Amino acid sequence: MDAISGSNIFKTFRLGAVETVQALVDVTFNIRHGTLTALVGPDGAGKTTLLRMVAGLMSPNSGRLEVLGLDVATNPQAIQSRISYMPQKFGLYEDLSVQENLDLYADLHGVSRKDRSERYPRLMDMTNLAPFMDRLAGRLSGGMKQKLGLACTLVRSPDLLLLDEPTVGVDPLSRRELWEIIRVLVKEEKLTVLMSTSYLDEAERCNHAIVLNNGKILVQGPPEEVSSLATGRVFLADPLAGQPARNLQARLFDAQDVADAVPEGGQVRLVRQEQGQPPFTDTLAGLTLTATPTRFEDGFMLLLHKTLADAHVTLPALSPTQATVLSQREVVIEVHDLVRKFGTFTAVDHVSFEVKRGEIFGLLGPNGAGKTTTFRMLCGLLGATSGKLRVAGEDLRIARASARKRIGYVAQKFSLYGQLSVIENLEFFSSAYGLRGQRKRERIAWAMQQFELNHLARLPSGQLPGGYKQRLAMAAALLHEPEILFLDEPTSGADPMARREFWRRITAFAEAGVTVIVTTHFMEEAEYCDKALIQDAGRVLAQGTPAELRNRADSHDGRRPNMEDAFVAIVEASRGESALKANQSQ
Amino acid sequence: MLDSLLRIIALTIKEFLAVLKDPKSRISLFAPPIIQCIIFGYAASYDLNHVPYAVLDQDHSRASRRLLAKLDGSGVFERVADLNRASDIKPWIDDAKALLVIQIGQNFERELMNGQTTTVQLIADGRNSNTAATASGYVNSVVAAFNSEIRASKGEPPAAVTVVNRVWYNPNLESRWFMVPGMIATLTMLQTLLLTSMSVAREYEQGTFDQLLVTPFHPSEIMAGKAIPSWIIGMIQATLVLIVAQFWFRIPFAGSFVTLYACLGMYLMATIGIGLLVSSISATMQQAMLYNFVIVMPFILLSGLMTPISTMPPFFQTLTLANPLRYAIHFVQRIYLENAGLDLLISDLWPLLLMSIFTLSLASWMFRHRFT
Repeated sequence: MDAISGSNIFKTFRLGAVETVQALVDVTFNIRHGTLTALVGPDGAGKTTLLRMVAGLMSPNSGRLEVLGLDVATNPQAIQSRISYMPQKFGLYEDLSVQENLDLYADLHGVSRKDRSERYPRLMDMTNLAPFMDRLAGRLSGGMKQKLGLACTLVRSPDLLLLDEPTVGVDPLSRRELWEIIRVLVKEEKLTVLMSTSYLDEAERCNHAIVLNNGKILVQGPPEEVSSLATGRVFLADPLAGQPARNLQARLFDAQDVADAVPEGGQVRLVRQEQGQPPFTDTLAGLTLTATPTRFEDGFMLLLHKTLADAHVTLPALSPTQATVLSQREVVIEVHDLVRKFGTFTAVDHVSFEVKRGEIFGLLGPNGAGKTTTFRMLCGLLGATSGKLRVAGEDLRIARASARKRIGYVAQKFSLYGQLSVIENLEFFSSAYGLRGQRKRERIAWAMQQFELNHLARLPSGQLPGGYKQRLAMAAALLHEPEILFLDEPTSGADPMARREFWRRITAFAEAGVTVIVTTHFMEEAEYCDKALIQDAGRVLAQGTPAELRNRADSHDGRRPNMEDAFVAIVEASRGESALKANQSQ
Repeated sequence: MLDSLLRIIALTIKEFLAVLKDPKSRISLFAPPIIQCIIFGYAASYDLNHVPYAVLDQDHSRASRRLLAKLDGSGVFERVADLNRASDIKPWIDDAKALLVIQIGQNFERELMNGQTTTVQLIADGRNSNTAATASGYVNSVVAAFNSEIRASKGEPPAAVTVVNRVWYNPNLESRWFMVPGMIATLTMLQTLLLTSMSVAREYEQGTFDQLLVTPFHPSEIMAGKAIPSWIIGMIQATLVLIVAQFWFRIPFAGSFVTLYACLGMYLMATIGIGLLVSSISATMQQAMLYNFVIVMPFILLSGLMTPISTMPPFFQTLTLANPLRYAIHFVQRIYLENAGLDLLISDLWPLLLMSIFTLSLASWMFRHRFT
């Protein structure tokens, strides 16, 4: 018998009086006991709806869903007593300690004292939270919070574990740790796990993958099956000499017969729409293509590209490539020996770097590494404890207010006015930046068109779908045509499609001469940057071009190290060193 | 300069949009002052009527009946019981069935006729001292009137000195005339403090304040953009309470509207300054709300609205000098009831001016230094 079996499931939601949304359309699937299944798809594909339905929190409009042999529609209580479900926003009590949170969930699930004494050490062992039992949950890093959430979900031994995007907003190191926990659970405890994810490399590690789009299952089966869809269509191409890979990537991404293109290891990885046919776009014709093994992401993007073919987005035109060599450009951001302390805690520890005009500069690092603090200091939102910093020649903390006209800032959290409509927000921010009359109208029209907000102009911005909030925030930050754009975690929680679209725009802005500083959790996104800096515990561990960073990692298993390998290698080496130093000094 | 003005206007428009677009917040701005004013007008009154009292008349004479008839006829007292024994008094008072018990001794009429001085015992429930004192006062005045009637009927000269009361500006001494104009200042303060501090705290909480700080807004421009909408909304709320006072409670407005609004404008500046100070020390809306609760009560208690300032201990009298509401209640009542002009109100206005300057500049300083 299967752990979960669903047949012809339909689910429709009402949106207002007449409008409805089809969340799930004719979904049929089976999940075997003791397997790890990934649920992947873009935002709004129906992943969370399906998970909530399996958890017995809602029932299908029609069709049948059986979980652990019980019908969801008639036995939700019986199912809930045998499964554990971790929603996207897990309800940790931030004012309680790690121990108190665990106890609370154990009490809620009626776990006996005896079971606790067996279960706790095992959970602590898996999550490495043992040294932090007395710390308040609110003071844990993002990755540790997720691990604690998982531990609270697992205080009792469920027959089925449901995880909704457990690794969103978690840095690569913590992500690997979370994955190790899940792997152990499936392998050693024979637990059945169903998880949704927007990291496609995670799907590759599962036994089974279900690709959802617009509520329909596009494909399901072992991940290799999805990968093999792209067989014979995946190639690597070299960028033109002296140009960043992202320029070629952007052009390929726009090309008609290319399903997907991403920068990878200094080259561009592309998935062709059709196999074997001669290229019919000029961009593709002049390139030397090297075939490369396929991966899950290639197959996934090919699948989605087919369904999206009609709704292709119009992206900003790329300006003719400037011949200026990066090394000859002026420095627009200069940070020297920057330190920021909060009490005894040093959030930013002697950080130095330079950014030149038109560069895309990436700040990478685990949760709590000091990226956002560095950012807030650059934008003048926070004073530095010591050190020197210059943005467009000035320290924004003390410069006159008009100097801030030269920068644009998009915060990590959506921070425009939710009650105001899209157009009212844009009008307010354009006035804030001193635009008026004809120019104000032109810039607002530009932003509405560029970010495709016209059909949503009157909607309160708080009600926008996630991806559109991001666009509106970008639009508001670009109204006054800033020289420098600060983006704090712009792609966190975004699906693969939205992230490609985002970077496509950024590439166009950089080509037009805008300097972009960006923080990200997605290591492969560092490939879009001209230079990147890796920060951990406030200190700079490494900085340089993506190629320079990649070279810091050893190649093992014959594979060329990617950015994530490099990141993990660099951070782990540094943590090892500081642990060694701490031991020596004792 | 023009740029700065345009930015302030943009922020003001944004504030109004944010407050007025949502029907719920629209209602919550204008309905509560009206409702609260009406409730206060009826509930917060020191005037007594229908005071329940019991009588232990041991004389059963014509004189005792005459005195009791005067009490019953005053319109203030309502006789709830005629007692037979002194031991009955305690249960009636204890169970709060009667606020007063009047005991008339058995020699009442005889002593009166003999030209002797006689006594009537008044037992009052002191558990509510305010009401007991007011009710006793009423009884005293009824007894005084009875006395002079007796003297007149016996052809004796009236008492050498009598007090003739003429109450100016509130001829019937209705406490509502005192309370409701006071509401114009009090309710406006409650709402303005909340509106101002919450509008800033909401921006901290939702992260939009950072977004404002990276635009060319100067902190003082942000303050102005927050203060102006609150000021205008405060003026509208004051007008609503004024309308209720005149047209619902029909309390005649004796003064000049120009004077009243000039003074209210000054008062609102000081209130908004305090609201901005509150918001500069709160990180969330919840904190701002809590601070409001903490400061509003002392402001009202030390304003002279509920109890006269002159009866407070000296230390607290000094404290009231730092309370904008104290000055506002004073000037509103003087303008409303006695048509005082600006020249008579200088003593109320200069402390408010000082407070506005102090709170607004301190709040502006706090805004600039908050993030270091």
